[in-house]
Amino acid sequence: MAKSLLVISRQAPWSGPSAREALDIVLAGGAFDLPIGLLFLDDGVLQLAARQDAKALQQKDLSANLQALPMFGVEDLFVCADSAAERGLDPSALALEEAQVLAADEITALIDRYDQVITL
Amino acid sequence: MKFAIALFSAAHAPSSRRALLFAQAALAGGHEIVRLFFYQDGVYNASASVVTPQDEQDLPKQWRAFVAEHQLDGVVCIAAALRRGVLNEEEAKRYQREAVAVSAPWELSGLGQLHDAVQDADRLICFGGA
Repeated sequence: MAKSLLVISRQAPWSGPSAREALDIVLAGGAFDLPIGLLFLDDGVLQLAARQDAKALQQKDLSANLQALPMFGVEDLFVCADSAAERGLDPSALALEEAQVLAADEITALIDRYDQVITL
Repeated sequence: MKFAIALFSAAHAPSSRRALLFAQAALAGGHEIVRLFFYQDGVYNASASVVTPQDEQDLPKQWRAFVAEHQLDGVVCIAAALRRGVLNEEEAKRYQREAVAVSAPWELSGLGQLHDAVQDADRLICFGGA
């Protein structure tokens, strides 16, 4: 059986290429049909803030890549409830509707479920 | 045990040094390294263009010697490397750039190589992530 991989994305979308590169790992895993999960943690939840204007920063929007996740067969998407609350984000109004909002103890159990973990 | 090692930090970062020390210790302990995968700023560890002050450790040089000596599978993510200007001869030609920073024993390849290593290894050990 294929080993499962959880990618924990902790960086804000506009603080450099880290968020995009974390997402690329997940999309590649999805393309290879591997069991892969993605958890948005700490500043990573800011990737899911609605109505971002990438053009104002002369950057490319990450939202198209995020929306591609289900198309790549990546359905295990998670958001840390505490991280969202700390940053004033309403968990019910995030840019990725498919993502499950998890409490701290659920995140502990989540990480435990995966064979390998990459935190970026 | 079979280890896959992923490195995400630049050559001057302490975590990159720890990664090399871990890799050396793994082999010394009789373990196997199925692949080294350099991603994000980790690609700079494969760059021959890095110049280190004389009284400091030249980590890219040490990585190169280590990979060559043990004939390890050293993969540099091609997308991350292109973004950071760490090209091998083939990519420099393809994009008409003058500077070639990576050569053997390193290989530029895609993220599939990371997933492949994850599947192959008992443990994935990451250095320099967030």
